[in-house]
Amino acid sequence: MTLARAFMQLPPIVTALRRHKAATLLIVLQVALTLAVTSNALFMVATRIIHLSRPTGTDESHIFVIRNGWMIGQNPTQIDANIRTDLDALRHVAGVRDAFASNDSPLAYEESVAPISTRIKLKPDQTTMSRFAMLSVADEHAIDTLGASLIAGRNFRPEEIATVDSNLKLPSPGIIITRSLADKLFPDGSALGKTVYLPNGPTVIIGILANLQGPISWSQSADGDNVLAPGRYIDPDGVDYLVRTDATDMKPAIAAALKALQERSGIRVIDPTDGAATLLQAREQTYATDRSVAVLLSIVCGMLLLATAGGIVGLSSFWVGQRRRQIGIRRSLGATKGDILYYFHTENLLIVGGGIVLGIPLAVLANLGLMKAFYPLQHMPLYVPLLGTLLLWLLGQVAVWGPAHHAAKVPPVVAIRTE
Amino acid sequence: MWGYYVTLALRSSARSKALTALVIVLLAFGVSACMVSYAVFRATTSDPLPGKSSQLYVPLVDNVGPSYNNQGEPIETLSYIDAVALWQAHQANRQTLIYSTTWQVESGNSLVPAMSLGGDAVTTDFFPMFDVPFRYGGGWTADDDARHATVAVISRHLNEVLFGGQNSVGHEIRLDNQLFRIDGVLEDWNPRPRYFDAGSHGTVYAFNDAGDIYIPFARATDMKKDSTFAYCPTASRQSDTSHWDAYLHSECDRIDAWVELDTPADADRFREYLRNYAAEQQRLGRFSWAPNIRLRNLTDWLAFLDVTPAASTLSMLVSASFLLIVLVNVVGLMLARFMRRAPEIGVRRALGASRAAIYRQFLIEAATMGFVGGLLGVALTLLGVWGAGGLFEPNIARLVQADSSLVTLTVLLAMAATVVSALYPTWRAAQTQPAWQIKIG
Repeated sequence: MTLARAFMQLPPIVTALRRHKAATLLIVLQVALTLAVTSNALFMVATRIIHLSRPTGTDESHIFVIRNGWMIGQNPTQIDANIRTDLDALRHVAGVRDAFASNDSPLAYEESVAPISTRIKLKPDQTTMSRFAMLSVADEHAIDTLGASLIAGRNFRPEEIATVDSNLKLPSPGIIITRSLADKLFPDGSALGKTVYLPNGPTVIIGILANLQGPISWSQSADGDNVLAPGRYIDPDGVDYLVRTDATDMKPAIAAALKALQERSGIRVIDPTDGAATLLQAREQTYATDRSVAVLLSIVCGMLLLATAGGIVGLSSFWVGQRRRQIGIRRSLGATKGDILYYFHTENLLIVGGGIVLGIPLAVLANLGLMKAFYPLQHMPLYVPLLGTLLLWLLGQVAVWGPAHHAAKVPPVVAIRTE
Repeated sequence: MWGYYVTLALRSSARSKALTALVIVLLAFGVSACMVSYAVFRATTSDPLPGKSSQLYVPLVDNVGPSYNNQGEPIETLSYIDAVALWQAHQANRQTLIYSTTWQVESGNSLVPAMSLGGDAVTTDFFPMFDVPFRYGGGWTADDDARHATVAVISRHLNEVLFGGQNSVGHEIRLDNQLFRIDGVLEDWNPRPRYFDAGSHGTVYAFNDAGDIYIPFARATDMKKDSTFAYCPTASRQSDTSHWDAYLHSECDRIDAWVELDTPADADRFREYLRNYAAEQQRLGRFSWAPNIRLRNLTDWLAFLDVTPAASTLSMLVSASFLLIVLVNVVGLMLARFMRRAPEIGVRRALGASRAAIYRQFLIEAATMGFVGGLLGVALTLLGVWGAGGLFEPNIARLVQADSSLVTLTVLLAMAATVVSALYPTWRAAQTQPAWQIKIG
């Protein structure tokens, strides 16, 4: 069929649609609403999936955490001695590669002993907003235990590790920060070796990590901003032991590690059910809501697209039924089966097109409304509704395929038959 | 008449099986998606204390000022200074101070290892104010509060673990190495959301389980137990507990306070008292800002904190738009279905049926289809509620329940939705000109 002929057929299609204003408008409205809802929902699904699949920057599948509470009545010296002995014991457990003690662990804000947030200034007398970051107490084994990669500077030295209590009074001799934080503090990339000011005093950035996710997992922007401060965390509440294993099957190592700690029981409280958890379990738990929202939205989107397709099939079949005579007349006047197919597919393309013209602004408006109601939601880029457009056009063409073929089978003889 | 129209509806449905099935299936899915979301939404937004939620109030006093408050809103908890001042002024029928903390629990039973358990430090009115149910014994007295007594109320769960579920009133337990006498054992009590200390917990923990241990506020303070959450107007926002007395009398906000006020007039009086208190603090030079106080009742408080999980609001929104799209769809399909029957309408009209009769016939037909769609919707809703367990977090999913009201609502919603979407097609059907339809066969 030449292009000219194809265009010649457009006016009669439009004229015919005018005769069915109500039905046409209903499909247009339905396509518009479907486009607005699905593009927003699928955009949210995509952002959630991106959010929950961010890497922690650690060797996640080989790390577990023991939440170790201290029995009441032990003084800081005793707790310090406990931690030293415990770490020594843990590092000698079969299957354990390395271990360190901290106040928190990645992805586990709620379960951590004491997540610590801090504020970093570039000058001691800075009055503008200081930079938010999460602070984890760490020793020279931390980087190896986490499996994090140090991209600049150096690791802590054993002599820099002193006791740190929960009030964090003493300034740190030097800190290791993540690249994400370094770039925010010093956009020109000169963070290494610079002095910065924490609430407890000035300190020097001695190392930069490629990436390390902290205990908060809900933030879009700040949970890659982390500080490792040298120390042994002496908190009467307890301590988190982070342990890296050699094997991916961590069960034997976890059991052996717990057994090694229980040899000196009396001093500690470890919850028998969730006292030890792997980072993978923490990931599972912390992103449960994100995952359920993504699944839920995907299910509803699928149903929505099916419903719209169903509606198009239903109405198109009805139209084909109504126009049997008209189709017969066209066929007997020389229209080919291809012409009839072309007619219905083009008609569908036009109607869905109308819905899209209405639907794109609706989708953008819905996105703006949702951004107000749900805090961590970004601007939807325009290519999302455009992808939705392609999807709906395709859906419309597939849906009308059946009724159009039914129409093309109408024999010319219908024209002269009276029903 | 009803019966006749229903029969007509069924007969016409039998003639266009595919179209009818499509309408019913669409309706069922649309309605059930809405009802499953609604069941979740209902579970997370219901009134935790029906009948009393308008008499319990949370008083707030801004003690940190414009540079540290929440864009003009006072911090959601009180400082120790203000909490105790309010408590001593005793301007309400009942009042309680609360802060959550964790305890190391040891029993005399050597088979039960030491445990770390959460709970709240509260004052005596806590139990009657929140209708806390007791299995054994009861709360402590005001005198115990005044004496800083070592008495405790424990949860039913902890009583099972330590005492095998026996009446343990009068027994002793060791909390952080101090002996406490058990005065009461609670029934299962797990308000959702956990509203009573939601101010300090924030929305992240609003659907966590209630704690296992309650002891007098004054005793917990004597033991230098810090609250699980504190907001300090310092550079780091962290609390420094190394000097307990200085910490206690600092401006760190960490205490949930509640007052019970029976009438709106009482509430106005209390609000006036709060304003005067803040003005007094300003005069004394403690606050360098004008009185900034709030007094919200439980319902408004939960709305202000916005404890409803975003996932639940979002799913409600998405399923409502799904139902809307289904309805637009059903309007189109009904239009097709009714227009196809123009000859039948023409004949009925020619034989004397009034327009009203046509309206009745088609609306009843729609309601019948809605009813069938509703029944299928109930099945899908039950399936969905069952499946919600796998979809939502466990602490929210277990709140979701199907009951008879949900089932009734499903059917009613399906019928109402179909009748509404059949209005326009019916109007079109009733406009059918009899002469036109019977002129040529």
